[in-house]
This record gives sequence, structure tokens and C-alpha cells, in this order.
Amino acid sequence: MTAPDQVTCTIDGVEVAVPKGTAIIRAAEEVGIMIPRFCDHPLLQPVAACRQCLVDVASPAGPEGKLRAFPKPQPACAMTVTPGMVVSTQVTSPAAKEAQEQVAELILINHPLDCPVCDKGGECPLQNQAMATGRAASRFTEPKNTFRKPLALTPQILLDRERCVLCQRCTRFAMQIPGDPFIALQMRGANQQIGRFDPATLGFAVPPDELADQSLSDPVTPDGEPFAGYFAGNIIQICPVGALTSAAYRFRARPFDLVSTESVAEHDANGSTIRVDYRRGTVLRRLSGNDPVVNQEWISDKDRFGFRWQTASDRLTTPLLRRGGELVPASWSAALAAAAEALGQAAAVGVLPGGRLTLEDALAYEQFTRRVLKSGNVDFRARPANGEEAAFLAHQVAGTGLGVTFEELVNAPAVLFAGFDPEDEGGILYLRLRAAKTPVRALAPFTSRAIRRLGGTVHQVAPGQEAAFLDKMAQDPATEATAGTVIVVGQRLVHSPGGFSAALAAAKKHDAKLVWIPRRAGERAALEAGLLPGLLPGGRFDQAGSAGLDVNQMIEAAAAGKLDALVLGGLEVSDLPDPELAAKAFGKAKVVALNVRREEVSPYADVVLPVAPPQEKAGTYINWEGRPRPFPQVLKSAGLSDAAVLRALAAKLGFELTLAEPGQGQSALADLADLAEPSVRCPAPKQAPGPAPVLAEDEVLLSTWHQLVDDAAGLADEPRLAASAPAPVVRLAPDTAAGLGLTQGELVSVATSRGRIVLPSVIDPDMLEGVVHLPAKSPGSWVLSSLGAASGAVVKLALAASGTEEGEK
Amino acid sequence: MTALMPVLTSRWANERSWTLEAYQAAGGYQALAKALTMPPEEVLNLVKESGLRGRGGAGFPAGMKWSFLPKPDGGPRYLVVNADESEPGTCKDVPLMMADPHGLIEGAIITSYAIGCHSAFIYLRGEVVHVYRRLLAAVREARQAGLLGESVLGSDFSLELTVHAGAGAYICGEETALLDSLEGRRGQPRLKPPFPAVAGLYARPTVVNNVESIASVPWIVDKGADWWKSFGTETSTGVAIFSLSGHVARPGQYEAPLGITMRQLLDLAGGIRPGHELKFWTPGGSSTPMFTAAQLDVPLDYNSVSAAGSMLGTRALQCFDETTCVVRAVSRWMDFYAHESCGKCTPCREGTFWLRAVMRRIEAGQGKMEDLQILEDIPKSIVGRAFCPLGDGAPSSLVSSLRFFRDEYVQHIELGRCPYDHTASYLFQVVTP
Amino acid sequence: MTYRPETLRTLRLDAAAVIARYPAPRSALLPLLHLCQSVDGYVSPDGLAFCAETLGLTSAEVSAVATFYSQFKRQPNGQYTLGVCITALCGLMGGDAVFERLSQYLEVGHDQTTADGMFTLEKIECNAACDYAPVVMVNWEFFDNQTPRSVIELVNDLRAGRAVNPTRGPGPVATFKQVSRVLAGFEDGLSDQGPGAGPSSLAGLRAAGMAGQAPTPGALTDQAPTLAAETPSPTAETPAVAAETSIAEETEPTSPKEAG
Repeated sequence: MTAPDQVTCTIDGVEVAVPKGTAIIRAAEEVGIMIPRFCDHPLLQPVAACRQCLVDVASPAGPEGKLRAFPKPQPACAMTVTPGMVVSTQVTSPAAKEAQEQVAELILINHPLDCPVCDKGGECPLQNQAMATGRAASRFTEPKNTFRKPLALTPQILLDRERCVLCQRCTRFAMQIPGDPFIALQMRGANQQIGRFDPATLGFAVPPDELADQSLSDPVTPDGEPFAGYFAGNIIQICPVGALTSAAYRFRARPFDLVSTESVAEHDANGSTIRVDYRRGTVLRRLSGNDPVVNQEWISDKDRFGFRWQTASDRLTTPLLRRGGELVPASWSAALAAAAEALGQAAAVGVLPGGRLTLEDALAYEQFTRRVLKSGNVDFRARPANGEEAAFLAHQVAGTGLGVTFEELVNAPAVLFAGFDPEDEGGILYLRLRAAKTPVRALAPFTSRAIRRLGGTVHQVAPGQEAAFLDKMAQDPATEATAGTVIVVGQRLVHSPGGFSAALAAAKKHDAKLVWIPRRAGERAALEAGLLPGLLPGGRFDQAGSAGLDVNQMIEAAAAGKLDALVLGGLEVSDLPDPELAAKAFGKAKVVALNVRREEVSPYADVVLPVAPPQEKAGTYINWEGRPRPFPQVLKSAGLSDAAVLRALAAKLGFELTLAEPGQGQSALADLADLAEPSVRCPAPKQAPGPAPVLAEDEVLLSTWHQLVDDAAGLADEPRLAASAPAPVVRLAPDTAAGLGLTQGELVSVATSRGRIVLPSVIDPDMLEGVVHLPAKSPGSWVLSSLGAASGAVVKLALAASGTEEGEK
Repeated sequence: MTALMPVLTSRWANERSWTLEAYQAAGGYQALAKALTMPPEEVLNLVKESGLRGRGGAGFPAGMKWSFLPKPDGGPRYLVVNADESEPGTCKDVPLMMADPHGLIEGAIITSYAIGCHSAFIYLRGEVVHVYRRLLAAVREARQAGLLGESVLGSDFSLELTVHAGAGAYICGEETALLDSLEGRRGQPRLKPPFPAVAGLYARPTVVNNVESIASVPWIVDKGADWWKSFGTETSTGVAIFSLSGHVARPGQYEAPLGITMRQLLDLAGGIRPGHELKFWTPGGSSTPMFTAAQLDVPLDYNSVSAAGSMLGTRALQCFDETTCVVRAVSRWMDFYAHESCGKCTPCREGTFWLRAVMRRIEAGQGKMEDLQILEDIPKSIVGRAFCPLGDGAPSSLVSSLRFFRDEYVQHIELGRCPYDHTASYLFQVVTP
Repeated sequence: MTYRPETLRTLRLDAAAVIARYPAPRSALLPLLHLCQSVDGYVSPDGLAFCAETLGLTSAEVSAVATFYSQFKRQPNGQYTLGVCITALCGLMGGDAVFERLSQYLEVGHDQTTADGMFTLEKIECNAACDYAPVVMVNWEFFDNQTPRSVIELVNDLRAGRAVNPTRGPGPVATFKQVSRVLAGFEDGLSDQGPGAGPSSLAGLRAAGMAGQAPTPGALTDQAPTLAAETPSPTAETPAVAAETSIAEETEPTSPKEAG
């Protein structure tokens, strides 16, 4: 018997039951029959344009349910199965086979037979199809359509139009998945092509005076081209022919020479499954894996293109030792000895391991700090942080295992974001929300691109005032939450003191779920490993009270000469709460740094110990859901993981670290938790919201967050990716602009006593008056470094005379 | 007694026929007044009862189409009049709207009333600007006269009617492409289901009907279904406009009961131009297989023309005499379809591109005998494989011409040139010394 | 965008009026593109950006539409588009010769504009006036029953600034920009000009004996407009057209050229 939501049909004589609404093409897959296709994609709406999947269909009709055949073959991608339907594919129906061969012939007439020089050759559905069912010789003797090639759709996506079969997977992806229709079908008929609005390509006359002026209302790249979104690279992967290629990968390899390894992306807290393809020890490209529970079949461009940082020219191959003020290459034994000496002699030590650790490395840091260095001074938060957040994380997140999942989040009746932008700070989470049409609301001073494309609403809240909003929500039973609401808090909530406390209270009041989504891939694992003062592995709270210093306190202490030595993992000075103070601190203390490359902290180090980047080691990330994301070692490498280096260093100090087997961090963590005393949890923070700042005439509040693609260290050596990111602008309200006498596009200066940033302006009618927004760490807009201020800070706003460069980084 | 029966065309010669004044003087808008006294279902049933079939080419019963709309759910539902007349040979709706715009508007109001629509659209092809002027003016006049807007003729029925100009795309005559175009998109046909009756304009229930169909409605309401059925045949009821063009002594619009023959129509139009004889003709535009003199007595109704191997289509009777090179004519039609293929689906986009190339070569005397096999095969790769009827209809003239005039193709290939003097086909004299 | 503030202000007002006609703003895109053509004489990058901004679309989405429809021009259009129907029927009935003659006379090919910016020559597909073959559309107004000679006269008249009246439409024929504004849905007050129906439109009525009074002079001509002769223009140069001889000028097809 067929279950109520199942439909039974027969495909090539095989009966199969599939869920109602299943397309014939999917049902056929269930019984192992592959119907050829180009335009079909399981995550896109059917379009039935390529006509390659035509099959014969008959279904019961009339009162007696006699089988009635459709008069012509039907597209298997678009027709859903109905009870009793009988489908005959190319396997059993000569008519279907003929139809498919006819379509295949037509698809190929304008296709160049350039497989030998095409990146797709060897992994090309069209090639496979042609080899399997095509004619040996073409009957088409007319001139083929040709086009200038390739066209750059974005700095990293190239289009060879003559190879395109116009299946529209790319344009449908752009429209349906991220909602970034930066490309569309252009022209008509046989001239039809994929493209942007490119006047030269489409033959539009451009008067000379029209080139100069760029409207900045919609984001543009540094070249002035419309921003294509953060997910455009996916179109390369889903192109069923070689029309869309990656500029970085083009002509670099043949698919059959590549070794593919499934891995996990290191750039954000989603833990997206990726496929890493390498040849002869060099990674040449990354693709999205297929992981229905996390990233489905999509990844961000950051995850796709941002991998060359791992092999950048400043990659460390040997330890470095400071000799005569200079960092010089040294042997491992000399470097370890120097590091051991520095740490062994120090009376007070601090450890800042950074937020990009695997669970295995994090556990090693934990042991190294508490057992070897006998210190409680450890904090993974190499970014603005506060004690309230630490208490919140220890109370609410650490040791709680798999919590709110992607599935739960995107299917929630409502999601409220506080201190978090679901795209810039959420990556592919944005795609999952959009696909699920999740009702979202955000506390923000303006409607971000993400919220607009999610069809969400914004509660206009000035930066820093999120706490007050959440506190009100916690007080007022009638406000802002429906049953089952999920409140998402991001790490930016640290800029609104009392925010985490209020979020806890609001969640409790409204029976809402609360989920913390950090930006970095390693923060959740570090939290689980206990890399916060007072927090032990597995979320246990150190009641003894020998808590230790957090990141702010460590930097202050070191700057004041009260910490003699620091162990630094992969972190950037420019990301720390006060980069100027941090530089001072790192200059004062003895610094042992574990770095992949010559990084921002390397110059401050006395000893630099090289560690392996993710692709050269195995490990486990824990994503924001709390889901372990183990990954294998992709490349053979002499590089050592942080854990292995720490073990060697510990040995020099006379200790033996018990390391988790790479990729087995989760069971090691479980073992630790099992051994532990019955767990005591950190009490919830209870901090009242701070008062709203009072602004002087020329003062406004600063809103800032990181664009998904910016000057992040992990995007080093990828200029094409940088060129595809939105050019930074200062966004401000019409009234604010009017107050300055500013017109859109004019340069505006945002300043503090420490410095200023000068950027072009965008007047956003939707912006809260008295607030300016600028990206946190984009070219020319390094907010922490230049202003020494963060979100919610009071800044001075002024018109900038053009040509002012001094404020820019 | 002539075989003609001018109904929709009957007011076209009236003084200032396009004005509300002239239209009302000729009895216009009385059908609307009558319809508004009837319950909407009754109007719908009347049209159903009349047997009126769509005049845009497909011949689907209009009343049945209307009855496919789901039950009202409180949301909007739309009537869209397809005035994108573009099928080669078809030239009836444009003169109708130019001479008698109120006839269409009255039909649109009655139809809207019958289907519960309060916002209707006329999608006019953009290349007939004077027709657009006439429609805009007529809508303005009608609104000022209380025939449109709030409480039509004092009833509690309200209707907004918007006339929308397209911008040049034959495919927009396909109803779902038209809807996409009306929504401000590329006019490319939509996947069905859902059908427009369920999810049409703005994804709401929508009826799309041809100009002539809608303009027939007031007559049916005014004179009754039986009157309408007294013309035509049992399955092709009523009168319809037949458009004669080409090598005809008096080309033009001839309105007659369905079932009239081409022979009768040609007689009325003075026959083929003097001194010449009919070679081939299209019964329903270039998307319908061509006929020769052998089919002159086929009754021009939906069923008879189908039975004779073609389609009644839009009754676009393009006539070509013996001076005409059929290869040249077909080559031009293949140019047309390649130019107008929207590009959405492979068979139509690539198939029409290929056919155009082969036809141009043969016509230019560069054909090869193998080309004939290709001309036989490509249509089979398009018809029944394409996404929409444009592709299905595109090779019709080619396939039928190969059936009737294969020798001419062979002749072009063997001679290496076109054997015809093209100037002999011109409707003006060009004398070569 | 580089529109002058007053142009932009007018454009915005007009755009608002267009958008107000539809339940969904995006439906306004085709009329807005016509509107932009009425300002710039083609769909300029500025016009395209204006449409994108007004409707909240990307430029790629707007160019997708602008390049789909044949009435939208991507190069500055001439003051007059001369659209010669070359689909099978009109083409074979003489449209081919009309196009060829115009092309030689104006020294431009399909979709090209004369150096003086007066004329854009275009091959057009069937324009729903087959009973008036061969048809030429000047700025989308009907010029019925054309011949190679009549179109050269037409061109010369337009060049000389003489009023040229469409067969079925208001005279003198409006410019491309003026007509584009009408196509954006703005009335120009000319709807009452021109005949209600041309002679061929009334052929059936006449045959049925029901067209008593001719609405226009010439509409009742019994002679079919099929026997016109062709006179070569003095400036004709090409063999095909130069071979035409001048006979029977008086049998020129009936083209009711009303004044005003």
C-alpha cells in the first residue's frame, strides 16, 4: 500500500512510490534511471527549457482509469508523477529515445567542439551526453554562432557564450537562491545569451558623459560594476557545460588529473561541506559539497575562492627567532627552546589562541594553558569582547551540544536577529533562510541587503541600543515574539552592554529559543574546549574562582607590564578591541606566536612557530549549531597542527600533552566530560542596559560590521575575490546628509580622536537619523584600526574635501 | 444574397466610427446595459451556450475557458485581451480596434462582469501606435461616460481597464508569454500548469482572450446565443473575420459565417489578380500548413480545416499566385520564426536557426540534395518537442510546401539558382527594359 | 545618471503616472522604456539606469527586457524609423524592392541610421496590415501600399520638411520621440485624426453592400490597389531600381493622404 503522502507510478516497468509532487526525473533516479538533463537542478524551480529530458508518459484517465498516453513526449523535470502514471524513458521507449537524440543534435549545432581546451572537458554533462547518445558526425554545416570570449561576469567568473546551452541554471540560481539577479538572459532567439548589462556586449551606445557618474544606491564593486553578490561562484559549479569558468582555475588543470577530498570550509561558523580538488600537492579549486543538513549544494564565494591564503608567499616554512631585533629562520629545536625559555621564565602568562581553531587544537591549547602554563588566562575571542558575553557563552552555549539546527532555525515561525546580519555575518545561512522563506526581523539601524532580500522587517534600533530593545521585550509580554521564535545573537551584541542578559531574559519570557552565531569557524570549538577564563572543557564552570583574565584584561595587563609572556595563535592585531593598545602589549611582553603565515602578530613575536593551515591537517570544526564537522587532511604536509606544536613545546617544558586524534576531537571532548565532576554551569549574566549616549551637534553613532568579503586574513592572495566585493561606502540618513549639505556620492569623513575614515556616501532613506554605517574592515575602512572605535561609538561626521587620503588605511 | 455577414465589421464605415458618440448612435453599449441586468453566471452561460470559440488561433471555447476560473476567493482576477496580433497574414484585430475600439471595450466590460474581474487589460502590440491612440481615447471616453470605473452604468459593478502597449515580439501572442510581458518581463512562455485560469497575471486567476473573441461578446449578449449559433457550423458557430491578402484582386477583411469556403471568399474579393492563378494559400497564417487550389472548397471552420490537414488559425488567408517562388516564401517565413523565436527552449531556438540557414542557402542556389533530408528531419525535432506553440507552428509552411512543391526545392538545388523572376510577384509593375 | 534635474523631475512624474496604472510596479517597465526612448531617442544607459532605479531592478534585469523587444533601440534612433515589412507576404509583394530602394537611396542597411540622424531603416516583420501590402511603418504609423517610388518621395518630403501623412493615422507623421511618448501611454490628442478604416478594411463591407458612404476619400475606390507602376527616382543608381521604367503613374495605389 502506498502511504497517504506517497504516489506510486511505474517507470520503465519498475514500480516506485515517491512523495507527492515529485518530478518524474527524480522518481526515475529512485529506480536508478538517469534521464539526461541540462536545465534541471533539484534545488531550482523547473523551467523545462532544454527539452533534453523528454519521456513518454501515460496516465489513467476517465471514469475507468484507462491509461491514456500524452500525445507528445513530456519534460520529466517539470511533470510531477501522479498515481498510476506509466513513464517510459529512453531506456524502454524508442520514441523518447528519438526525442532525446533530436534535442541533443540541436543542442550541439551551435556548440563549439572545443572540449580539448575546455575546463569542463572530462566532467561535462554535455560531453557525456554527446558521447553516449550523440551522432558520430554532425549534419550541421552552417556557420555556428560565435561570440567574443570570454566575458568576465565578475572578476572571478568568466563566460564563454558560444558554449552556453541557455539552460538558465545560472540566472535561475541568481534570482531564486540568493536573490542577486546580476545576470539575466539578454537578447532573443538564437542571439539569446546570458549576461549583465554590458553596453559594449549588448550594443548599447554610451554617450561619453554617461560613463562618469555612478549611482551608488546599489552596491558596486571597486571597478564600479554592480555587485554580483557573495554567492555568484555557485553558478560555475552548476553550469552543465563549460560556459562558466573560474578565472582562478581556468586552464589550470584537467578534471581527471585532480584528486578530490571532501572537507569543511574554514571561513565561517557554518561548517559548510566543500570539495577540495588538488593536483600534485597544489589545491586548484574548491567546490561546494552536497550536504543537505548544512549548506545543501551552495557555498559562499569566500569558501569557494578563498583558499590561497594557505599557500601564500608569506607562508612560514621554518620557525622564526628574534635575533638582534630581526626575525630570522631558526631550527625547530632552537625555536622550541627559546619559546620554552620565555614561557618558563615568565611569572604571568596569557594565551590568545584566536577563533579559528579546530576542536583538537583548542583542546591542546586548553591543556597547555591550564596544565603546562598553570594559567587561567585564556580567551579565544580575538575581537571585541566583554565579560557579559563570556558569562553568556559559558551559561548558555558551552557544552550544550547540538542545539538549534539549520533546519529548526529556517523553519521557525519567526527569527529575530540581534547584533547579527544574516548574510554578511551568516554566509550560507542567508541562503537557507531565503530558500525556506523564513520570516525574519532584525534589530538594526537600516534595512540591510540581506533583510531586504529576505523580505524581512527591521526594528530600527541605534547601534548599541539592542540591549534596551531586548530588555523591553523581556519586560513586555505582548511585544515582538510569537511562540517558537528564535532569537539569534551575534558577537556584535558585545557593543550593547546588557544585550546578552536581556536576550536571555527575553527568550525566557517568550519561550523563545536562543542561538549564538559567531563569525569565525573555531569559536564554538574553542568554547567547548574551555578557552575562556573560568570555563573548563564541556561547559563546566570553574567554581574555584581561579578564573583568569579575558582578552581585554590580558591586553591591558600586558601593556601595563603585568604579563610577561603571551602565546598567540592565528589572530590579527587589527581585529582586537583596541589595536593600538594590543600593539603596545605585544611589544612589551615576550610573544610566542603559532602562525601559518607571517601574520600581523608575527612582527611582535620573539618566537614564531609555523603551524599547518586547515588543508594540511585533519581536525574538527564545531559549527554554530553545535554540530561536529570533522575533516580529513587534504594535502600531504610536513606542517604540524597547533596541537602538535604545543605538544612539542610542552615537552620542552617537561610536560606531556594527551592529544586528541585529529578528527576525533568530539570523542576526546566527550571523554573529558565523562571524567568530570557533575557539571556546574556558569550563572546567567544579569547586566542592565546602558543609557543611550548623548550626541553633540556634529556627532553621530557608528554602526559597523564586517562585509562577508573584506580584508580578512583568510582572503589573502585572492585579488579577484577582493575585486568582487562591494566598495565601501558610508551610509547615512537623508536628514543627516541634509544637515551636512551632502549629496549622494560625495566624500564624507567619520572621525574619532584617534583618526578618521573618508569614504563616498550613500543616502539611504531607510537609515535611522543620526547613525552612520560603514564596513568594519574593508579597503579604506578599517574601523577598529583607524578609529579605535566599534559599533555604538560616538563619532564625528563631516564633509571631506575630496582628495583626502590621510584617514584611509 | 451574399455569403458575407458583417457583424463585428458592420460599423467600420460609419462616420467617426471610433468615437463613443458614433458607437452609441449605432446601438453601442446596449448589450452592456442588458448584461448588467443579468446575473454574471447567466452572461457566462450565454457565451458558453453560443459556442463561441477563441478567435486567436487555437479555437478554444471561450465560455468554457471562463468557467475554468476557480471560485472567487476575494482576491483579484483579471481579464487580459490579447491584442498582440502578429501572426503573419493576420490583420483583422488591428482594423477592428482602429475603427471600432468601443466594440472591444464593451466586450471587455461584459466579459469582466461575467467572470468577476475588476481590473482588465488590453495588451496591444506596440507597433501600431494609431490603434493605441484610439484605444486610449476610447477608454478615456468610456470612463468619462461612466462605462468604466466605479459603478459601471450606475450598477455596483466597477472596472478599471488599462491599455498596454507591447514593444515588438511575436511570442507575446502566446498567452503566458503575454502575461510575462505584461508583468514587465521578457515575453517568454511559462510552464503550464498552472494555467492562467488558476495562476495568470500576478499569479492570480486570469482569462486571456483574443480581440475578436471579446468583441463578439456584446453581439451574443444583445442578440442571443441562438442567433449566434444560426451562423456557422455546429462546432464552429457564429461569424468571423477572414483576412484576404496577397495576390488577390481586392484584398481585405471579409466577415462571414464560419464554414464559408475559400472559393466563395475569393469570388467576393474579385479572384486572384487578373491574369494570374492561385498557387498556394495559408488558411490560418504562416503557422498553419499551406493549401493549394485543391483545398478551395474546404469549409473554413475549425474541424473541416483540421480534417484537410491544416488549421483554421486566425483565418489569415494569404494568397500567392503562380509567379511566386514557394522556396522564397518559405525561406522568409523561416526568417520570421528564427527572428521571433524567444530563445527559451532548445528545439525552437536552434531548430529555427538551422532551418533559416538551410532555406537561405537553397534559395540562393547553394543547396545540396542532402539538405532536403535535413529539411524533412529538423521539423520533426521541433514539432512536439518545443516548449510552446510557436515552435510547433514554425515549420508548418516548410513541411507542407515540401509535400506540394518538392520539385521546386529540387529545381533550386539542381539549377543552382532560383528559377523565378521575383519582380513578377510584386504588386506594382517593375518593367525591365 | 546624467539627466538634468528638470528632465529627471519630469521623468519621475511621468514614471509615477505610468506605475499608477498597474497593480504591480514592474508592469510599468515596457512603457517606461518607451518613455525613455521619448526622451533620449533610444534606450540609453541613463534611461536603463532610470528604469532600474525606479522599479528596483538590476541593470541586467532591465537590459534583459530592453534587448528582447525589437522596438527598443540600443543606438540613437533617427527622427523617423522607416520600417519596411519583409515578411513573406509583404516582402514578396514588393517589400523587398522597397527596402532595397530605400537602402540604396539612404545608403544605410537594416537597423542603421543616416548620418544626418533623420532616418533609421529597418526590416520589420509582419505588422498586421497584410491587406495593404507592401506596408511601410514610419514611426509605427501605417503607410499602406507602398512602392519603391512612393517611399523615395516620402523620404524626400520628410527631408524637405514637407508634411507627410500616414495612410491610416494622424498627419503630419510624428517623430520617433513623440510616438514613443504615446507608446508610454500618454495621449497626444491626435486620436481623432486619420480615417476609421482604410479601403481594404472595408472590402468585405463593400462586397456585402453595406459600406454606403466612404469614410475617407478613396476608401470606396473599386480598383484594387494592386496595379501601381513604379517610377525610378532620378537619383536611383542601382541596376535593380534603375531598370524600373516610368509608366502609368496615375495608377499609383490609392493612399488617402489627407491633410491634417
